[in-house]
Amino acid sequence: MATNDHLRIRDLSVGFKTFQHFEPVLDVWELHIEHGEAYGLVGESGAGKTVLALAILGLLRQPPARVTAAELTLEGEPLLAKSARELRELRGRRISMIFQDPMSALDPAFNVGNQLTEVIHQREGLDKSEAGARALELMRLVELPDPEMMLNKYPHQLSGGQRQRVIIALALACGAQLLIADEPTRNLDVTVQASVLKTIYKLRQELGVSLLFIANNLSLVSTMCDRVGILSKGRIVETGLVRDVVRTPLHPYTLDLLHAVPRREERLGDENQKVFAEVDSTISRCGHYARCDARGPACEGQDVLPLTFVSATHGVACPQVTASLAVYPAAASPTEAREELPTTPAGTGGGD
Amino acid sequence: MSGLPATKQAAAPVYLTASRARWRQFRLQWHVLSRNTLQKIAIVYIALLVLVAITAPYIAPHPESIKGTASAEEVLKAPSWHHLFGTDEFGRDIFSRVLYGARISLVASVITVFLSVTIGCIVGVVAAGMRGIIDDIIMRICDIFLSFPMIVLAIVIAAFWGSGLRNAVIALAITGWPFYARLIRGSAVSVRERPYVKAAHSIGASQRSVIFRHILPGSIGPVLTMASLDLGSIVLMLAAMSFLGVGAQPPLPEWGLMINQSRTYFLSAWWYMAFPGIAISLTVLAFNLLGDGLNEVLSPRTRGRA
Repeated sequence: MATNDHLRIRDLSVGFKTFQHFEPVLDVWELHIEHGEAYGLVGESGAGKTVLALAILGLLRQPPARVTAAELTLEGEPLLAKSARELRELRGRRISMIFQDPMSALDPAFNVGNQLTEVIHQREGLDKSEAGARALELMRLVELPDPEMMLNKYPHQLSGGQRQRVIIALALACGAQLLIADEPTRNLDVTVQASVLKTIYKLRQELGVSLLFIANNLSLVSTMCDRVGILSKGRIVETGLVRDVVRTPLHPYTLDLLHAVPRREERLGDENQKVFAEVDSTISRCGHYARCDARGPACEGQDVLPLTFVSATHGVACPQVTASLAVYPAAASPTEAREELPTTPAGTGGGD
Repeated sequence: MSGLPATKQAAAPVYLTASRARWRQFRLQWHVLSRNTLQKIAIVYIALLVLVAITAPYIAPHPESIKGTASAEEVLKAPSWHHLFGTDEFGRDIFSRVLYGARISLVASVITVFLSVTIGCIVGVVAAGMRGIIDDIIMRICDIFLSFPMIVLAIVIAAFWGSGLRNAVIALAITGWPFYARLIRGSAVSVRERPYVKAAHSIGASQRSVIFRHILPGSIGPVLTMASLDLGSIVLMLAAMSFLGVGAQPPLPEWGLMINQSRTYFLSAWWYMAFPGIAISLTVLAFNLLGDGLNEVLSPRTRGRA
């Protein structure tokens, strides 16, 4: 096992039991985050990004949901084996989450200082005045203007960006080293978005936290993260260093995502909207099949769509693409590629 | 360039402080509440009642009547300037007793409602927060309580523990809490799904602190409205229990009890029954009007219209 991995996921699948049947929603074959690394997870709405985050935190209620994994470890400790109490101890102290909607992720009934000091007081056992000082320190850390004043304000008195900073402060309050940011800039306008992202970036540098950054905008992730995974219909269809994925995207879905990023030299409407032919999407297990430009006979009837690696880190799950590519290492089977995977360019140690 | 600091100073923001905003909000609510004449009268009446309840022993013209001192020559006198509401079979001044009765009724019903709300809120919010089997069990227990007519259950409990005002209050609180438990569970179920509750879980807050610090404050609104509406009916219930003999015991000047004692003299001394009866009716009416008004002030549907 690679010792430098902060979070490791292998064969994680999450599904929900509905009245009629069991509905699988997420099937992550491999995902790992090294210490201090930022991993971006990109995908459209409903791809399963938030479900993955909640599954890692153990916040999915487990009669309706069912979470199974060959491996789901935080710093080598298996998370699925932990009791509810152990998980609670872990949340906040070691993993924390920044929720996507800053408008509703703060309790409207208490002021900001109250919420912060309460958390610090309860979790860290500091007395009220020490907790207050720590809260102030956190407010400065997330670059809130006029922190003393802010502590006395209620969430509705803050702007979206300020609230998001408070939420980040709350997530950091107990010293979590792995931060899951679930679309932290979703409801913010672009300038505020930029400054909040800068703050998160700065925090990474200063505190050395690892980051799982969830977004539906590939351009955000490319500026924030070291590696990226593209999630489509609950599967990671492409993963690799941001540089590789952005420069040489392989999966048709990644291409679509990249085309969706607005560019200065392009005007909207210059390009004709894609028109999708009616196809029977059930003939392929690929979630992208119905909207894919590159679909072909290789896509049909595939039971599993394994990631095929074209370099040490860059993998893609598309039979149509892999058919036309030199696979790394030459003609590796999926299992061999997986063994190969932990050997990243950073030079981390061997397999399982 | 030199003008810059000056402009900055001039544009110094006037902060709408929290207390000021609250005061503004309160004025708006008061306006909504008081534009209805009937409600205004109700508020004035209740304010007077509270004042009377506090000062009863000092403003009563015959304070000795409260304790039940008999005076043989004053028995069952009709209302006069000396005894505004007449006297009862022991020669006690009914006016003084009705004034003092306000204190008993108000205090007892406020305590009753407070107890029911406290028990109901804790139970209801815990049910909503814990979900699953605990939720089911608690709500079925509520259903069992709710399936009995309230007054019958209260009488059974009070009779079982022995008559007396204190037991009547406890009995009514025990029969009353399931209403609040149900109500708060209803709103807590929606609050528990809000992102800030999930966010609290995500930073490792314990179940207890999530339930009581985040779910409870968010869902207590409707309960407070209902509690204010309920005060009137609890006044009536307590009077009814005293009337039936399971509530306050003589010589306490409780309104319901006074009506009960006056039955014997109903044909010869109408004032004995009439004045405590009027006091009960007016009080219940006033609380209901106030409750309606508060409902209007607090409900989101009509809050904006001022």
